[in-house]
Amino acid sequence: MSWAEIKNLQSISLKDIPELSFSELRSQLLDGISSGKRLVQFFGEKINDDIILYTILADDERSKLFIALSKSKEGDVYKSLTSSAKTFHLFEREFYEQYGVKPEGHPWLKPVRKGIAGVSSEETPYEFFKMSGEEVHEVGVGPIHAGIIEPGHFRFSCHGEVIHNLEIELGFQHRGIENLFLKNKSNPIYLLKLAESIAGDTVIGHAGAFARAMESLAGINISRRAMIIRTIALEMERIGIHLGDLSALSGDVAYTTGNAVFGALRTKIINTTLAICGSRFGRGLIAAGGVNFDLSSNLINEIIKTLNKIDEDAELAAGVLFSSASVLARFEKTGIITRDTAREIGLVGPAARSSGVSIDVRSDHPYEGFMLLPVYKLTLNTGDVFARAYIRYIEITQSIKIIKELINLLGEGEVIVQNKKIFPEQFVISMSEGWRGEISHCAVTDNKGQLRKYKIKDPSFNNWLAVALAVRKNGISDFPLVNKSYNLSYSGFDL
Amino acid sequence: MFDLLKLRFRHGCQAIRDIQHAEVISTYRGFPVIDESKCSDNCSECKNVCPASAIDINPLRLDLGKCTFCGECESVCKSGAIKFSSQHKLGASSRESLIISSGKIFEEYDSTAVQTKKEIEKVFGRSLKLRQVSAGGCNGCELELAAASNVNFDMGRFGIDFVASPRHADGIVITGPISKNMAPALMDAFKSISEPKIIIAVGACAISGGIFYESLELNRIFFNEIKVDLYIPGCPPHPLTFINAVLKFIGK
Repeated sequence: MSWAEIKNLQSISLKDIPELSFSELRSQLLDGISSGKRLVQFFGEKINDDIILYTILADDERSKLFIALSKSKEGDVYKSLTSSAKTFHLFEREFYEQYGVKPEGHPWLKPVRKGIAGVSSEETPYEFFKMSGEEVHEVGVGPIHAGIIEPGHFRFSCHGEVIHNLEIELGFQHRGIENLFLKNKSNPIYLLKLAESIAGDTVIGHAGAFARAMESLAGINISRRAMIIRTIALEMERIGIHLGDLSALSGDVAYTTGNAVFGALRTKIINTTLAICGSRFGRGLIAAGGVNFDLSSNLINEIIKTLNKIDEDAELAAGVLFSSASVLARFEKTGIITRDTAREIGLVGPAARSSGVSIDVRSDHPYEGFMLLPVYKLTLNTGDVFARAYIRYIEITQSIKIIKELINLLGEGEVIVQNKKIFPEQFVISMSEGWRGEISHCAVTDNKGQLRKYKIKDPSFNNWLAVALAVRKNGISDFPLVNKSYNLSYSGFDL
Repeated sequence: MFDLLKLRFRHGCQAIRDIQHAEVISTYRGFPVIDESKCSDNCSECKNVCPASAIDINPLRLDLGKCTFCGECESVCKSGAIKFSSQHKLGASSRESLIISSGKIFEEYDSTAVQTKKEIEKVFGRSLKLRQVSAGGCNGCELELAAASNVNFDMGRFGIDFVASPRHADGIVITGPISKNMAPALMDAFKSISEPKIIIAVGACAISGGIFYESLELNRIFFNEIKVDLYIPGCPPHPLTFINAVLKFIGK
């Protein structure tokens, strides 16, 4: 392979990225995927008339990333990769929607964010897949859902109670974030706040990924103390959401004790984040060059106290929850994604690990606190709602251990260093393991040292298809449970 | 069985007993206290650093409807002209009340910002059912609104609940800057609620577009046509901010 080899957070000069012809790129991408590499990024950028396609493959076991690019023009046609490797399906659709380069032979080239009926500029709105036959019926849900959650449309094709196909239409939350990154490229504080609002449940995950990308481009090394505080905050975010999801999963199967107990524990951890930085979701904590808030010894004691309480109570609550017959009857063998499917469609995060795919950016492409402390990858094999619920619990206990060990490594020092100007004509990829999985941000700078392209990929981008596949042959009443077990982001996908 | 009882015992009672007098930890950034007399001449650092364009100078004013409470203005101001207190009761009935000028004290804001009307108290005072619509929200406001009904805040005890159908609702709660793609669905949901109905805008995005105000992917026509009854500032607002504003609005 004639690709450039890079590492997570390693800036590379634009001229060092090998340019391949489209057909070379295509065959090498397919070779890479079939030899076990994983597709991380596949996105375009328009410079004058040229459309540059950047592609990044990961060799997770060897902690390596490979990058190459290819140029084309709007209206060009190339042979689709999806027909040979399914992991490309959404990347190709996005590339086509944004830049008009057509993947010929793509099995289902439908809109990604811009096909909403009544809003789309297309003359004929997108038509959903239709199943026909006797006693076949359709159920449409959304964009506005029953609960207090984000909007998205789900179209179920059912026979009786059984779902045969689920089509998910997203894009309702599209706010043009990637364009706003470029529009305000000279205002780093604004950009950081924007990164915090990519997905409001992954504030630390996305803001951290953005800050690390900028620091790498500017050649800044932040202090060890600042790194560890960021990592602690990231793990606290993970614990908070996992507890909240265990609470919601309990609620979905009408197990009110679990709903109340896990919910109350979640409040404790996010209120500890509030004590650190003034926001229950960690807003304002991360700065380019470090963190805005230091941990006093009182705060450290407070964090340890909270973690101990959560550790004990979550163990008790998980013991009760996961041994209750009425809960297990709903969780087990519901919404199964096999290991092969998970690999084939490129799942990430706990969604992949609960199906037996051993990937975790914290361990595969370590950064910040994880450079000091190896993370053991936890996997389960059943790939059902039970596995996706149980993995939340074991990740909570793992994160508690990580935070406690990191506190011992804190050391002394300033938590923020002076921000510097970023270097011109560079490329960087910043990957991190948010609670949903691999977050990756890519930044390209122009010849004046300002952002030229900013690409964001939330783990939801990889994982939404899993929801659609997992509910097949399941009862429609199990959909909320399967959906919640993934708890994917609409705003992170829609951008 | 024994474990379940033990768990129930350890869980105890988590509800905040007195919501109206509950306090938030001092690190929380709530009501801003502004003292323009501390400003040095020709200084516009706070305005320059604000990611949401919430600050005006000469005279110094901060718009809670735009503010994301990030605290950058407070940390950049060496003389302490802007300081965020931990007061969380920030709701207001009018857009103008959200603009905080120099010398405004919290007690004055709190006693005047939310107006209670007799007819609102009569119709909704004992039961208020709300339909929440996220229109481009990042899930921050949505999480905090969901938290308002959890075991800690337990908003249901006041007869205030979120319901699934707009047909069952007395009002709409809007979060997010209103993306183009959600504008038609939001209007449909709003029209499906029977009169009389109240409109609550939650979070900087819903009130002013927040940090997305410059985006071309928004469609905020809804707010040109529909008058908001209650503004809940924040990014996202604390559950206590939401509950207390609504309680005051319905005369509790």
